[in-house]
Formats: sequence, C-alpha cells, structure tokens
Amino acid sequence: MEPTEIAGLLKERFPMEVKEVTEFRGQVSITVKRERIKEILRFLHDAPELSFDYLEDLCGVDYLSKKEPRFEVVYHLYSMEHRKRIRIKAEVSEDDCAIDSVVNIWEGADWHERECFDMFGIVFKGHPDLRRILMPEDWEGYPLRKDYPVEGPEEKWRGFVEVLRKAEDFKKFELKG
Amino acid sequence: MEQMDIEKDLQTKGLILNMGPQHPATHGVLRLMLHLDGETVVKCTPYVGYLHRGTEKLCENRTYISALPLMDRLDYISSMANDVGYCVAVERLFGIEPPDRAKYIRTMMCEMTRISSHILWLATHALDMGAMSVFLHSFREREWLLDLFEMITGARLTVSYPRIGGVRCDVNREFLESLYKFTEEFPKRIEEYETLIDQNRIWLQRTKGIGVISARDAINCGLTGPTLRGSGVSYDVRKHEPYDAYDQVDFEVPVGKNGDVYDRYRCRMEELRQSNRIIRQCIKKMPDGPILADNSPELDMPAEGHRKLIPEMSLSHACISLSDECESIAPAGEFYSAVEVPKGELGFYILSDGSGKPYRMRLRSPSFVHASALPRLCRGHMVADVIALIGTIDIVLGECDR
Repeated sequence: MEPTEIAGLLKERFPMEVKEVTEFRGQVSITVKRERIKEILRFLHDAPELSFDYLEDLCGVDYLSKKEPRFEVVYHLYSMEHRKRIRIKAEVSEDDCAIDSVVNIWEGADWHERECFDMFGIVFKGHPDLRRILMPEDWEGYPLRKDYPVEGPEEKWRGFVEVLRKAEDFKKFELKG
Repeated sequence: MEQMDIEKDLQTKGLILNMGPQHPATHGVLRLMLHLDGETVVKCTPYVGYLHRGTEKLCENRTYISALPLMDRLDYISSMANDVGYCVAVERLFGIEPPDRAKYIRTMMCEMTRISSHILWLATHALDMGAMSVFLHSFREREWLLDLFEMITGARLTVSYPRIGGVRCDVNREFLESLYKFTEEFPKRIEEYETLIDQNRIWLQRTKGIGVISARDAINCGLTGPTLRGSGVSYDVRKHEPYDAYDQVDFEVPVGKNGDVYDRYRCRMEELRQSNRIIRQCIKKMPDGPILADNSPELDMPAEGHRKLIPEMSLSHACISLSDECESIAPAGEFYSAVEVPKGELGFYILSDGSGKPYRMRLRSPSFVHASALPRLCRGHMVADVIALIGTIDIVLGECDR
C-alpha cells in the first residue's frame, strides 16, 4: 500500500483525529490529534496490510511562536515486510504537555520517550520509568526548547559549581616538611 | 551434615554492582547498575549521557555546512560514514544530485570505514573476552586504512571529507593503487583472524547461545545493522533504500540464524568480505568527471574550483552573513533520511524552514537504541557475559549521547 493510500485509510478509520496530510519529496506525514494517538499507532502496528513493526525514530519538535499548539511528537514508522515508511505527527499543547506512551507497542520507544521528556519536557503518560536520560537528573529547564539559550542557563548547574568549588578548596592545600 | 542442610540455613542477599562509568570494557563512559543474585544478573539499568554535547541544539544554530564537522564527532571511529549520511540527507532535502564519480568515491570511503570500524570492534570484543592476539593483528590493517584516509583527507579519524553535493577533493592514482593492494591482501587477513578464534573453545563457549534475541523482539526493540541481522532479519538500508552508488555495485547482506553473540560475530566477519568486494568494484567502475555538483550550496567551505568569496570578507564571515540575509536558500520541508553506518541505521530527520540553518535536526543514532536493549539482553546472564553483550551490540558512546 502506498503512503498516500495509508493516509486515506487512516482518515477513513479515524475521521475526527487526522488533521492534515502533507507530502514532501515523496515522504508523507500525517498530523493527528494526540488524544487517540495510541489507538492510531496500535492500528498501524497491528493491521496486517500495514504492519509497521519497526519504530525508527521518535522525537519532539518545538514550534515556538510559529504554530499552535507549540509542540509536536514525531513518529517515524517503518514496515519490515512491506518496506514502507510513514511519518505520524501528534500535536501537543504547552499548557497540557503530555501524550500517551507507546512503550507497550514498541519496546524501542522507551529511551526515545525519555529523551523527548528530557529535551522538551513532554510527559509520556504510562511510561514505566520516565526520568531524564542525557542530562543530569537535577537539571533545570529543557535544552531543546527554542527559548532555551544555546550557551546554557546563566546560572551554572549545581553539580558543576560544586566541582569548581572543590577544585578551589584543593588548591589551598600546602606541602609541609 | 549434608551440604544441602548447611545451605538451608544460610541467608542470601541481593547485591548491587556498579559497573563503569570508567571501565575498560564499556568502550567509553557507560555506567551499568547490575542487580545480582549470586553471579546472575536479575536487572540491569544503563546510565548514559556522560558524553552529551548537545549536537542537535548546536546544529540548529549553524549553517548546513558548518554542522558537518559535528557529525565526525558522533561515532568517531567511523566518521566518514556519518559525514556521508549527513550529506545524503541534506542533498535529498535540497534536491541535489552528486556526480557519479563523487558517488563512487563516497561509497568506497564508506566501505573502508566499515572495515576499519568492524576490525576495531573485533579487536576490542576479542580483547574483552580474553583473546589478546586478535587485537594486535587487526590493528595492523586498521593502521593501513587510516594511513590511506590520511593520504586523501589529511586526517585519520575526524575527516570531514564529503561535501553537500560531492566530495572535497579528488582521489589520485597512487591512492587507488595502494587501496587495491589492500583489497588483495585483506581476505587473507580475515582468514587469519578467524584461525585465531574460530576454533577457540573459550571463544565458542562464551559466544554461542549468549544474548539470544528473536527476530520479532529485535525489530520491536529497534535494533539495526549487524545486531539485527544476526537474528535473521535481512534489513540493510544499503539494499532497501540505496544511496550513492550502492545500487550499482554487487554485494550480499549476510544474515545469522540464532541471534546470539556468535551469529552477530559471523555477520560482521562476512560483512568485512562484502565490503572488500564493494571497494574493488568501486575502484574498477569509477568513472572520470567532476566531484562536486554544480548546484552544490555556495555556503560551502572551499572546494576545488568552487571557491566563492565576497571580496574583503573572510570565508567564515561570508558564510554567516549569507545565511542570515538570505531567507529562502533552502526549500522548506521535512525529510527523514537513513543510511547504513557500521553500527546500524543512522537517521537524520531535518526540518527546514527555508533559512540557511536547519530548524530542527534530529539524529537517530544506532548506539542509543542498542544501548537501550542492554537490560533485555543481560537479564538472566552471568556478570562475565555482560562484557560480551556490551561488545556484541557494538556501541560508541559519543554517538549514543550525541
């Protein structure tokens, strides 16, 4: 089944959910509402004529002041059997920054969702172990958001300040005798 | 008293063992918390992020070409493959078609990288398992390849050789002859490695039946590359979505059967032979012609014959001011492009808003996904097998943490 046909099928099956279908250089992306995202992805995974059994990638995108709602979670699905790829984009608003987790469908989504939470602050409901993954656990702010400065926050991270302070303290040591 | 009676009254307690972040077998800075019952792993929790440099955030603030050197530093032992992957992604987004000669050069370089990465993997994997001599033998060939890289690109590891729409400089005859000599020699060397460990009882006992993962589970976990193919799934981006000259060369995709450490080892050894085959074909088939596409972006670092500079302006100034002024130099859209790097599938999801910088750049790194499968692979195995399992999934933490 061609990607555009899949988009048609999805529209038929979830008429209220599918918001937009776009195509760019042969790749089809389908924008959906986030409420029933798990059902949609479960359908894409289970239906034998689609069988998107491999979650290639899951990531977040921040459209600060470009688009409403602000965030999108992007799923890249691939079917090993049919050799087809499709992109599903779920919109997530800033006020209620949460979406259902898909770890039950693809085990590989586990760390991707943790990273997305770490970088954008999007909460994945039903994730078994939602913690920061790349940044330190007590880090404040979400680095990949567009309003986060590239050079980092003005106030240095607590752990780093501690290291600097310790290094200064060690310098005070004097050799005797 | 019988042995059993003594043991009956003994109290046992679970043990938590912290492995890493600095550990010779973790190939970088990977920390594992192992919950042990005796010597059996009950639960394994990996901690990553020690090498996080924010590559994705940095890319958003750089021009397309100035993000290229960052890609070298992802998987620093196969930097050429990363660079090619990035250039292919940007070319597909921009709609640039590199000339044939450039395609062949890139394919050849990618396969050289695959060989050098796989033999480094073999060396360290065997070393972890106690087979010291393989390390010494395979580093000899790796050195040869790195010298060849240096000959053309001027760098051994962080090469930054490909360009968007081609390559930076042409390969010369001397290089090709030297490389051809390498390909004639290399199959003998692969046999040499195999005689060292193939019939080694310890090697076989420590690899056969360890870390078994079924094809279904491997796909579900998102494993790619030889780690997936060891389980019998014939998925290779080079075959299914050919880029560069992969659709014009002849090669096979080796797949395993049992999905254990041994099968993944076999897959990688076969891949070495296939890569060797591809390089030979590339040398023979390589056409003459230009090495950079005409519509390659002008915000480029100097490439032969394509040097464009605004007078009285340094190159970096020209790049920066051009990308700030021109609002629509790139087509607006989004594209996901995947390539097969030695570790697995490296994906680039680029979201362009038309300016000279990517709006969002997402790197799907194979090492990150492979590391996430460690808890599943380790469960129920011995502590010593954890070392074998870290080796078999072939992770590089620079790419994992990005």
